[in-house]
Amino acid sequence: MTQLPRLASAALLVLAACAGQASAQALAPTSGRTLAATCTGCHGPGGHSPGEIPSIYGKTETQIVQALTEFRSDRRPATMMNRHAKGFTEAEIAAIAKEVATWR
Amino acid sequence: MSRTNLSRRGFTGSLLAATALSACAVQPEAPAKARVVVIGGGFGGTTAAKFLRLEDPGIAVTLVEPKSAFSTCPGSNYVIGGLSKMSDITHGYAALTGVHGVRHVREMAVAVDPVAKTVRTSGGQTLAYDRLVMSPGIDLRWGAIAGYDEAASARMPHAWQAGPQTELLRRQLEAMPDGGVVALAIPGMPYRCPPGPYERISMIANYLKTAKPRSKILALDAKDAFSKQPLFQDGWAALYPGLIEWVPLGKDGKVVEVVSGEMTLVSDFGQRHKVAVANVIPPQFAGKIARDAGLADQAGWCPVDPFTFESRQAKNIHVIGDASIAGAMPKSGFAASSQAKFVARAIAAAINGRPAEAPVFANTCYSLVGPDYGISVADIYRSTPQGIVAVQGAGGVSPRTPADAAAFRHLEAMYTHGWYASATKEIWG
Repeated sequence: MTQLPRLASAALLVLAACAGQASAQALAPTSGRTLAATCTGCHGPGGHSPGEIPSIYGKTETQIVQALTEFRSDRRPATMMNRHAKGFTEAEIAAIAKEVATWR
Repeated sequence: MSRTNLSRRGFTGSLLAATALSACAVQPEAPAKARVVVIGGGFGGTTAAKFLRLEDPGIAVTLVEPKSAFSTCPGSNYVIGGLSKMSDITHGYAALTGVHGVRHVREMAVAVDPVAKTVRTSGGQTLAYDRLVMSPGIDLRWGAIAGYDEAASARMPHAWQAGPQTELLRRQLEAMPDGGVVALAIPGMPYRCPPGPYERISMIANYLKTAKPRSKILALDAKDAFSKQPLFQDGWAALYPGLIEWVPLGKDGKVVEVVSGEMTLVSDFGQRHKVAVANVIPPQFAGKIARDAGLADQAGWCPVDPFTFESRQAKNIHVIGDASIAGAMPKSGFAASSQAKFVARAIAAAINGRPAEAPVFANTCYSLVGPDYGISVADIYRSTPQGIVAVQGAGGVSPRTPADAAAFRHLEAMYTHGWYASATKEIWG
């Protein structure tokens, strides 16, 4: 079950890479900054949530990786984050964590 | 595939040319690296304008939006249901202009010249751009339901663009005698906010349940299935037993005509429903400026390159949000904002000579079934040459039978408001 999303993501990345292959402009892997832009819609700008959703600024890289990895494998209880975390590869989770850890 | 490559090459090339041009121009202040005009101050346009400036303050950004404050469709169902006020869902542009340095032209964009790369405004200004971001939202297709034109909407509100129509529907519900029938006419796909009509049914039911308990809701639908359907229907059965009748297409749910003077809705097979309040949500298409600029297809929506959101019909123009054809992504405020962030970053990357990134988008849509009963749908999306697709094995709707259902629905109700607070802070704050 946990393998499925990873496989699907990997397949899509290959497809995406193919789209730019014919030109010299192959697509760069999605940056941590771009990936982490999907977080702030709910967790607030810079991870500062003004409302009922938990803030995520001030966390360490390790904390973010652990949280997302556990959400992805359904080891950590969640309403929403398990559904989101399954959409990202391990490398992307690492990139997200590196970016989010800079939010103060 | 080649279309994608061509458009990406053109993207960078024309921006380099623009940069060279602006370097030669004589300007009193530091010359902008590039000029980006954004049409539309909703979720997509406002996000794009702000994030372009966050990405690179050297880019001059002009937002063309006639309103001084924007009322959001998300949250408008809570106004209709009496849980919120219009002021709760209305946001100004003070931070966008004052903090982020976006120039706000409070006029309508009335014409686009994709060759000269200019936008003409209702006040007669001509705004030159290197890149244009179009986020015009939807227009209602007057006449798609016979008899439903703008005049009819004063009697039978659509309330599908938040503002005076939202307040009108609220007033009609308040004025309605107990025992009346409230009808909704719901369109087929695609339309703005797929779960929106069903959240609206829920919020009206929540109001009627206590204020007018002998009343009924008749939901006439032009389709046979809808977003988060089992979750909504479970919630309706639990919270509003016997109050809501949902009539799918297959049971003659499609409304094809209205007689607004008689408060009557007519179905495809000629059933006439005379009701006390009628909320008619008509079929829709891309906002007029996008259609006038030749960016829409025959169905009225705008095809775009899934990797850049650049229009398939015109170079240097990105169409985002409800007006665009974004594959698996729904027409939602969250989706529009997600697209806007990526496009802003892609434009800034091209201007600064950085390579284009593989796109990743997200959507998260919460709906209230009751004040303490929330449900959600979410997905992560990636681009393929065939379009934008949801990542398999991720996303999806709230579980139908979580271990502690009451706690789960309660949390998601809280997060419904939490999302709204965060999103609007990020965009207009």
